[in-house]
Amino acid sequence: MCLAIPGCIVELAADPLGQGKVRFGEVLRPVCLACVPEAQVGDYVIVHAGFAISVLDGAEAERTLALLDAARDAGAAGGEA
Amino acid sequence: MKYLAEFRDPERVRHSVAELARVTTQQWTVMEICGGQTHAIVRYGLDQLLPQGIELVHGPGCPVCVTPIEEIDQAIAVALLPGVTLCSFGDMLRVPGTDTDLLQARAQGADVRVVYSPLDAVELALAEPERDVVFFAVGFETTTPASAAAALRAKQLGIANFSLLSSHVRVPPAMSAILSSDECRVDGFLAAGHVCSVMGSAEYEPLCDRYQVPIVITGFEPLDILQGLLACVKQLEARAATGAAVHVENQYTRAVRESGNVHAQALVNEVFERAPRNWRGLGSIEQSGFELREGYAQLDARRRLQLEMPSLDPQGKAAASPCIAGRVLRGLEKPADCPCFARECTPETPLGAPMVSSEGACAAYFQHRGRSSQEAAR
Ligand code: SF4
Repeated sequence: MCLAIPGCIVELAADPLGQGKVRFGEVLRPVCLACVPEAQVGDYVIVHAGFAISVLDGAEAERTLALLDAARDAGAAGGEA
Repeated sequence: MKYLAEFRDPERVRHSVAELARVTTQQWTVMEICGGQTHAIVRYGLDQLLPQGIELVHGPGCPVCVTPIEEIDQAIAVALLPGVTLCSFGDMLRVPGTDTDLLQARAQGADVRVVYSPLDAVELALAEPERDVVFFAVGFETTTPASAAAALRAKQLGIANFSLLSSHVRVPPAMSAILSSDECRVDGFLAAGHVCSVMGSAEYEPLCDRYQVPIVITGFEPLDILQGLLACVKQLEARAATGAAVHVENQYTRAVRESGNVHAQALVNEVFERAPRNWRGLGSIEQSGFELREGYAQLDARRRLQLEMPSLDPQGKAAASPCIAGRVLRGLEKPADCPCFARECTPETPLGAPMVSSEGACAAYFQHRGRSSQEAAR
């Protein structure tokens, strides 16, 4: 129930508490998107118990990866010094 | 799938581990709250990559595992009532109650069904108006919005045959209970990323201030966990070296915003209010549960069916069981420390919820380490 991986929205819901469709790999599931009204088709969402709780922020994901790489490069430079 | 492979990159993992070893100068014990994180840690063997000084202990972050036996017994009693269909998530069906479990109740003729979502339970009530459909609702702040949406939908549609048996719980009061225990050996926390994506990071600040423990909101992929741990250890080392104050830090920025998901919070607040709740292994904790508000009394199975709120029975049969789930859930022991692990207790013949649940710590060790972790414990 909490082992959520991001899924991609393929269809929005017709009414506010209705269910849209989200693809997880090969699996398509009905998901209530009521709490992510900003989400669009193509966005990745985190889903718990058939309910989207968060939209994945791609820019923040890239920022986290960049931080990891910066730390690695600093470590490598320090090692050579 | 987006942003999975990048956060599992072995090269970056190696560097994160090296960095962790570089900054660690003393022994630290860090608790990961979420069962999803426990599974990732054991699955990828992250605990075995850590420098000697750092120990990860597993916390009460599996909703199936923390549901006390008395509430399982109550759900079984509800399922056995005539005309009632009890539905819940699959894992709940195999959790042992005092004498039986929901699966056995089904074998005795009870109408017990598995649903993927609370909203599916509402659909079931719509499709079968002659049945009284009760959804046994477990889960943290992550699943509570879905239950709230189900309650709202049932109310909007005027469905008279649907109700919730709420066992929903909140994480921060449980962290507080762990920290205030005499036995506590937790120096810092990796907070559950998805719980925080609903509630926001601000909710954790009072805990951080009161107990002076660093709390790092952390995601679920190997690099998330290592990065969260690194942030936590850096805070602990700085506190030790210079007396620097600790704070709430957000590693999982791609999913967690400071204010959380305000729409989900509004939904939960509309339907639920905070109440005391019993936890397996932790006892009763003030403000740690979600009960339906007065305006939703019609949808509250306990009121509709006039059920008593179950009281904890510390001297009961659960206390006599060899299962040490309570200690595992407080991070005091590891699954392989349990004398029953991989012997009497396996996923086929579970003695306790942590072996049943897909998020349980005992199931994680069994699945990913198998009997070898028991051998190692001997
Ligand atoms: S191994 Fe089984 S008996 Fe031991 S703590 Fe885990 S669930 Fe309980």
